[in-house]
Amino acid sequence: MNFTLRVWRQKDANDTGAMVEYAAKDIIADMSFLEMLDVVNEGLIAKGEEPIAFDSDCREGICGTCSLVINGIAHGGQRGTTACQLHMRHFEDGQTITIEPWRARAFPVLKDLVTDRGAFDRIVQAGGFISVNTGGTPDANAIPVGKVESDKAMDAAACIGCGACVAACKNASAMLFVAAKVSHLNLLPQGKVEKDKRVTSMVTQMDAEGFGNCTVTGSCEAVCPKEISLNFIARMNRDYGVALLKAST
Amino acid sequence: MKLDAKIPPGPLAQKWEKHKFDMKLVNPANKRKFDVIVVGSGLAGASAAATMAELGYKVKCFCFQDSPRRAHSIAAQGGINAAKNYQNDGDSVYRLFYDTIKGGDFRAREANVYRLAQVSVNIIDQCVAQGVPFAREYGGLLTNRSFGGAQVSRTFYARGQTGQQLLLGAYQALSRQIGNGNVKMYPRTEMLDVVVIDGHAKGIIVRDLVTGEISAHAGDAVVLATGGYGNVFYLSTNAKGCNVTATWRAYKKGAAFANPCYTQIHPTCIPVSGEHQSKLTLMSESLRNDGRVWVPKKKGDTRPPDQIPEEERDYFLERKYPSFGNLAPRDISSRAAKEVCDEGRGVGPGGLGVYLDFKEAIKRLGLETVKERYANLFDMYEKITGENAYETPMRIYPAVHYTMGGTWVDYNLMSSVPGLFVLGEANFSDHGANRLGASALMQGLADGYFILPYTIGNYFASEKQPKSDVNHPEFKLALDNVKALTKRLLSINGKRTVSSFHRELGKIMWEKCGMARTAASLKEALTRIPELRAEFWKNVKVTGENASLNQELEAAGRVADFLEFAELLCLDALTREESCGGHFRVEHQFPDGEAKRDDEHFAFVSAWEYQGPSKPPLLHKEPLVYEEVHMSTRSYK
Amino acid sequence: MNITNLFRSSVGKKFIMAITGMALFLFVVLHLLGNLQIFLGPEAINRYGAFLQGNLELIWPARIGLLIIVGLHIWSAIKLAVENRAARPQPYAQQEIVAASYASRTMVWSGFIIAAFIIYHLLHFTVQVPAVNLTGKNFTTLEDAKNQHDVFRMMVIGFQSRVVTLFYIFAMWLLFLHLSHGVSAMFQSLGWKSPGYGSLIARFAVVASWLIFVGYISIPIAVQLGYGSSYVNSFNVNALQEVVK
Repeated sequence: MNFTLRVWRQKDANDTGAMVEYAAKDIIADMSFLEMLDVVNEGLIAKGEEPIAFDSDCREGICGTCSLVINGIAHGGQRGTTACQLHMRHFEDGQTITIEPWRARAFPVLKDLVTDRGAFDRIVQAGGFISVNTGGTPDANAIPVGKVESDKAMDAAACIGCGACVAACKNASAMLFVAAKVSHLNLLPQGKVEKDKRVTSMVTQMDAEGFGNCTVTGSCEAVCPKEISLNFIARMNRDYGVALLKAST
Repeated sequence: MKLDAKIPPGPLAQKWEKHKFDMKLVNPANKRKFDVIVVGSGLAGASAAATMAELGYKVKCFCFQDSPRRAHSIAAQGGINAAKNYQNDGDSVYRLFYDTIKGGDFRAREANVYRLAQVSVNIIDQCVAQGVPFAREYGGLLTNRSFGGAQVSRTFYARGQTGQQLLLGAYQALSRQIGNGNVKMYPRTEMLDVVVIDGHAKGIIVRDLVTGEISAHAGDAVVLATGGYGNVFYLSTNAKGCNVTATWRAYKKGAAFANPCYTQIHPTCIPVSGEHQSKLTLMSESLRNDGRVWVPKKKGDTRPPDQIPEEERDYFLERKYPSFGNLAPRDISSRAAKEVCDEGRGVGPGGLGVYLDFKEAIKRLGLETVKERYANLFDMYEKITGENAYETPMRIYPAVHYTMGGTWVDYNLMSSVPGLFVLGEANFSDHGANRLGASALMQGLADGYFILPYTIGNYFASEKQPKSDVNHPEFKLALDNVKALTKRLLSINGKRTVSSFHRELGKIMWEKCGMARTAASLKEALTRIPELRAEFWKNVKVTGENASLNQELEAAGRVADFLEFAELLCLDALTREESCGGHFRVEHQFPDGEAKRDDEHFAFVSAWEYQGPSKPPLLHKEPLVYEEVHMSTRSYK
Repeated sequence: MNITNLFRSSVGKKFIMAITGMALFLFVVLHLLGNLQIFLGPEAINRYGAFLQGNLELIWPARIGLLIIVGLHIWSAIKLAVENRAARPQPYAQQEIVAASYASRTMVWSGFIIAAFIIYHLLHFTVQVPAVNLTGKNFTTLEDAKNQHDVFRMMVIGFQSRVVTLFYIFAMWLLFLHLSHGVSAMFQSLGWKSPGYGSLIARFAVVASWLIFVGYISIPIAVQLGYGSSYVNSFNVNALQEVVK
């Protein structure tokens, strides 16, 4: 297979950047999207050009490192799939493929397709945890947790923190990411103790990072590789409302 | 160098308790005076950094990923073992200890393993308190499954994402400490050297992967939790970024490297589809519960599987191991698959694959039941191969998955360089020659949450070292060396890409030092690796510059280290004239193909000491003494 | 955390948006029910008009309340929209729309055109500025047999203008779009949504929006089809007769 790639190239954070065209030749249908880029990069290096910088690590869809907007869709548009698990057989021979980085003020581009998602870490640092120290915890079976609640918490906890939700949202909102973490912990009895503080701290940090607001378009849910539900955003809003009411009375 | 494992005296079951009491403590008010450097933010690194910060130490934590949450612990699927005996099926600390020792083919330290089994219990409590959503019963209590052939159900799991959930638990604890200022986190920062002053680890040299700035960080102790070296084979189930650089550079600074030849191969991975392949993907071994493994009887049979009649199929595992059949242990099934492929009977592109057929299971159980059990795995398989495994058999092939060897550490997890501690997969300590399923997560967290935080205090309290200072000439020297190395890599400007060297190295390692090793193949590898290394330093092309994000430069440094490390791995494999666990020497097997251990001559840990660039490393033998268990030979016939 | 977070935080502003939106939704429903009395004949709707105009203690607080609600709705809309624009300074070279409905992507635009319509609507039927009704008539002087303000005649004459009718229907179409997304989104923003009845809310939003749309446009369409013209003509005949007298 052969493709024409239009790729965002940007030397560093201060560079303005531009789309550049490359030819991807002799691509095999069984290659993953990132392997296709590997091949293109090998060709660039052979020509003495700098390869296209892009983030990836586990390449099995769980680490959340890869972060490409492919033909205008975060992770390329295959449901529940990260870019690293997307394979070239889903593209048409001869197609032009546009590749861009996540675009959001809170995710500045570091180089080419690599962005800085430290904002997500700072949101978790603000309250995305249960305040227990190592040791001194009760026996694991001391607090029963209903299977339904526990499964729901796991649904939210499945988030891989890739940032596709932000990339796809027309407002670059991080609500799905934050809601997933808040819900994971607020749903569990262990996490309920500090649930008000958690939701307010995390939302405050999210706002400070310069993400946009949720306008309930549902794009985030549609591109999420772990198919995290929009319902968690409603749940977080409720938790925030309760915290606001409690703080105001 | 004299290796002392520092195993505490006394009966096995009381060693750790007694040791905890005997160790010196650091006064709570003094803890903030100690700076600890943690490299790596996986299960071991994140849990250690968080716990030490909670205790009051000043911690700096480094990782090369863009966030500590992305460390490769995240990819572990199956579960985590713990001797909770919640299922009332006869599990105990002693049983987990025994299974681990036996699973490790009697090449691990009794005392370490016993301690691991003891603290496994606390890990589950800790994780649940942190909010790890382990699977539960309707009654609200935790559920367990049996894993990797264990006869008790002691594995805790969170769907197929146990590693992810445990890592997020540790990441959350770490984030809490970053948020309150007790840990300073350095993401996208790679450790490139350890600084040793007067025989003690006193800091590290790092490169900021975004700006290229190379800087020194001083600490009163350095903790490496940098994972395994599976990527020396190029293709493995490890993440692309996994590397041996941290432990290898520590080795060159005096930290002995132990048992590098113990590498674990996983039988059920998705086969290589071509030269471009960048990594291999593991599928849960549970598939073998219902799938039947076969290849055509005829060599080079290219017919599609559904056109090969029953009588022309060879169900080789069922044939060779009638009592275990398709469930034969990992190394045995892996080797059997390799053998049939070597005979030219492999299937799929390149003939490197065997069928895992569900046709009979679907007939027996119904499509719905098979879907219920394995739908996520079948989906994953289809995503990668584009084939529907409900209709046509899956193709599987073994792949490198985990490395048991690592930096030698004593009972306190301290390497042969005082003040340098090594945790998790990066050390060698607990799995012997082979690791049980669902035990890697357990070991990483045991080291980080419950062992290092105690033993590091003992080091501080008893050593009374002077404060480390980045202005010391040793720091300057190390800094200059790293800068020079970086410059050298960028200035070669040859013709071959970094990954082409890595791929070639991987091929040598996989073919000559993979599932089955011979003296001849290892000797061949030992001549080819130095040749390849020499070519690398003459002909590699590293594009770009140092002062920016340069992924080629990062990869070049890692491959350069793999090219050196590979030689040690092969040397260790050549020296160990026996077969045990993940190390199989073709010369040492029973007539039926079973691994033949040599307890009389090889019941020791091989710890290799670096002697300088042009000298062969020096082998130290730490004898393995079994007081509690009797060394037995396994049989899966 | 205190009450000021309602105005400062993203989620707080969405609460304001949702609560004011809900109030406006209720107003839209009540207003429609009032308007539909036109189909009960001149007497009914004129009495309703007289009732409202006769209770200034009720109508003015309601007007002021509505004004504040609309003000908050627009303030939060502008604030959120500005933040949303700022959150992505560099647009994508190519962006595909995934899942986001047309209505959800155009809330700001539909909202602003509806706001412009409301101003026109107030000038048209509440302040009754003759210049904007495009019929050359002065609505303030219309009286029925009981000397009450003739709301029925005003509405019929007002909607006999084809231009006004078309603008009205267009505005109601935008209101339909705005509500079809807004009504379910406000439940989402307030967190009054769960997987159990989430789809029910979404369906309710669409059905309610359709009913409101059909209800509102039924009046101008009925007028365009001739409804009420005989009543209006009867006044013209009367007026003619008076002139003759």
